[in-house]
Amino acid sequence: MAVLAVPALSRIDLPSLVKKAGFTAFITFLLALPMVGMQTTDQGAGSLTIHFRFGSVAIGVIVAFVGRLGFGYWRAARADRPVKSVPGVFTRLSAAATDHSRAIGIAGLAFAVTLPFLPYSSGYIVDIGTNVLIYVMLGWGLNVVVGLAGLLDLGYVAFYAVGAYSFGLFAQWFGLTFWEALPIAGVLSASFGIVLGFPVLRLRGDYLAIVTLGFGEIIRIVLTNWSDVTNGPNGINGIPRPSFFGLVFQDPALAPEGTHTFAGFFGLDFQPVHRIWFLYYVILILALITNFFTLRLRKLPVGRAWEALREDEIACRALGINPRNVKLSAFAIGAMLGGFAGSFFATRQGFISPESFTFIESAVILAIVVLGGMGSQLGVVLSATVLVMLPETGRWFTGIPVLENIGDYRMLIFGMAMIGIMIWRPRGLLSHREPSIRLHPKGGYVAAEDVAR
Amino acid sequence: MDFLYFLQQLINGLTLGSVYGLIAIGYTMVYGIIGMINFAHGEIYMIGAFISVITFLLLGILGITFVPLEIVIVLLVAMFFTAIYGWTLERIAYRPLRGSFRLAPLISAIGASVFFQNYVQLLQGARTKPLPPLVEGGIALLSRPDFTVQISYLQIFIIVLTIVLMIAFNTFIAKTPLGRAQRACEQDMTMASLLGVDVDRTISLTFVMGAALAAVAGLMVTLYYGVIDFYIGFLAGVKAFTAAVLGGVGSLPGAMLGGILIGLIEAFWSGYFSIEYKDVTVFVILVMVLIFRPSGLLGRPEVEKV
Repeated sequence: MAVLAVPALSRIDLPSLVKKAGFTAFITFLLALPMVGMQTTDQGAGSLTIHFRFGSVAIGVIVAFVGRLGFGYWRAARADRPVKSVPGVFTRLSAAATDHSRAIGIAGLAFAVTLPFLPYSSGYIVDIGTNVLIYVMLGWGLNVVVGLAGLLDLGYVAFYAVGAYSFGLFAQWFGLTFWEALPIAGVLSASFGIVLGFPVLRLRGDYLAIVTLGFGEIIRIVLTNWSDVTNGPNGINGIPRPSFFGLVFQDPALAPEGTHTFAGFFGLDFQPVHRIWFLYYVILILALITNFFTLRLRKLPVGRAWEALREDEIACRALGINPRNVKLSAFAIGAMLGGFAGSFFATRQGFISPESFTFIESAVILAIVVLGGMGSQLGVVLSATVLVMLPETGRWFTGIPVLENIGDYRMLIFGMAMIGIMIWRPRGLLSHREPSIRLHPKGGYVAAEDVAR
Repeated sequence: MDFLYFLQQLINGLTLGSVYGLIAIGYTMVYGIIGMINFAHGEIYMIGAFISVITFLLLGILGITFVPLEIVIVLLVAMFFTAIYGWTLERIAYRPLRGSFRLAPLISAIGASVFFQNYVQLLQGARTKPLPPLVEGGIALLSRPDFTVQISYLQIFIIVLTIVLMIAFNTFIAKTPLGRAQRACEQDMTMASLLGVDVDRTISLTFVMGAALAAVAGLMVTLYYGVIDFYIGFLAGVKAFTAAVLGGVGSLPGAMLGGILIGLIEAFWSGYFSIEYKDVTVFVILVMVLIFRPSGLLGRPEVEKV
């Protein structure tokens, strides 16, 4: 029989499909009835009333029914066809990205460097770029811990907080500038990583994750309540901005006597956007250093040991690698990078409070790493960009009901994406979970035989 | 030490501990049977609390004002709908991941937790939901001119309901075929499936039961504190998980014991020391137990297999 584009209906068990779709619709109805169908609304004076939305429930049920039916049909239709040998879209995409990672990286770098001078660029866009780069840097830092060493760290935001607060406090008490405080913040965060990591690293994967979560929360609560030092929930204000080799970004006319301003020194007209550009380039350079650093580390024995440990801890131990020291180094380096990002965050905002360092922030950074593909530098850039840009895209859809407020749905989408990615592409959209080095490189057996001959 | 003050904190701690214990059972059962931390379980409890509030409001609109009847209806409704959330969670987020790499279910659970928080926030609003107190009054146990030890009717209700549920639940696990299937899966899933136990169904039902108990805890908290919001699941989840770990993950009496201990520690800490650092104590206990005695008080030590 000729291969039909549309499979004959008789070969698809339609009653069973409808039954399954009906079941899905029924479950959707039960799920939606209380939470979607009845909204508790404030009617003032602290009392609540219910606002019924059964229309939305009906829409949800219909969507679930049709969706399940369509999915079942698609699957049955596909099962009829001979097995595809062509890999799926994402597989091909990620293979292409891995093959051309150098070219993509250079193109991306060129784009990032010229961003402030591109047409249509503005202070606002450069500011978003800065935001993206903060998350890229955090993602790359966490990638060392999660992607390379395979340790799930749910409290990464703690190191970000340590970096931010160490700069904030050093600036407040000792008048240190950003560039003086940056190395100190890195060292402090790394020490925190070692102190926190030391007792927990012999724990198994999921227990380690929960303990890091506990540490993250402890640090946040201490920051909130230790008011004498951290100023409690009010946070630290007036954190100094970074300077360009001692030149500050201020209007020369308004700057205090004796300070050298950037605009004055170079004989430019003062523009506030200069500072935005400068911050952007600072984080770009920090991020590039991070990237270079981690890429080099991968080629060092310690980087090899991280990846080996991720693949099989017991085998590593048998081969004489000390898992604790290796894990500790990953933890410390990840923490240090997080601390740098934290310092930059503090100087950029000029204000920090414990509010910025909640568990949600850790979850966001983890989502960036997981969605991008654990161990993939490019993937982190991609998912950080999507995460930061998503709320901004809402303005393109003004007037369209849901898309208009897409920013509100950001974490909803990211939560779903995390589940979806674990189910369909556990290596991430752009995966690079392959070990950096193999005993027998591509087609190892053939090569070995050639040598034998 | 002031004995009366101590007694009052003891009562408060037992009440809190009952709530944590009920949530902890969900963690411990799931961990026992499929070896994963169901990070979204705290969110399931939060959904249970929301469904309780919604049902209370609905009953108010329908004109049912007899409080015991109200509570029974809300209890059943919340258990039913929350159980469906638990079932769906397992079906969508965890079942496809059986046999994936070790951290996959945990990452998926974190995704589910983020999803549920935002789901409830978007659908029900980010503001806290107050509910007027339904059960008021109590019994004065001991009194002195300047201090009275009181156990409220609500506290009695919470403690008694927890004890009843615990006994029922233990009997269920020990005596019914389903409980037997559950224990079999816990010991050796492959062998159980070879002997005709429907593993998928057993795991599903584990989630359903855990969610139903979490819904009871949600109802209790709604009544006890009278105010809930979409974020309560995180902290309660971590505390209940700590309880499960403290008691020994995988052990049902351990979960209850751990819950009560955590409740007592929290009550005494806020009663005698500072209320600000009460959450820190829980996290410190969590960290300490995991580092020094990962098998908990009543658990069996685990041996890593190659």
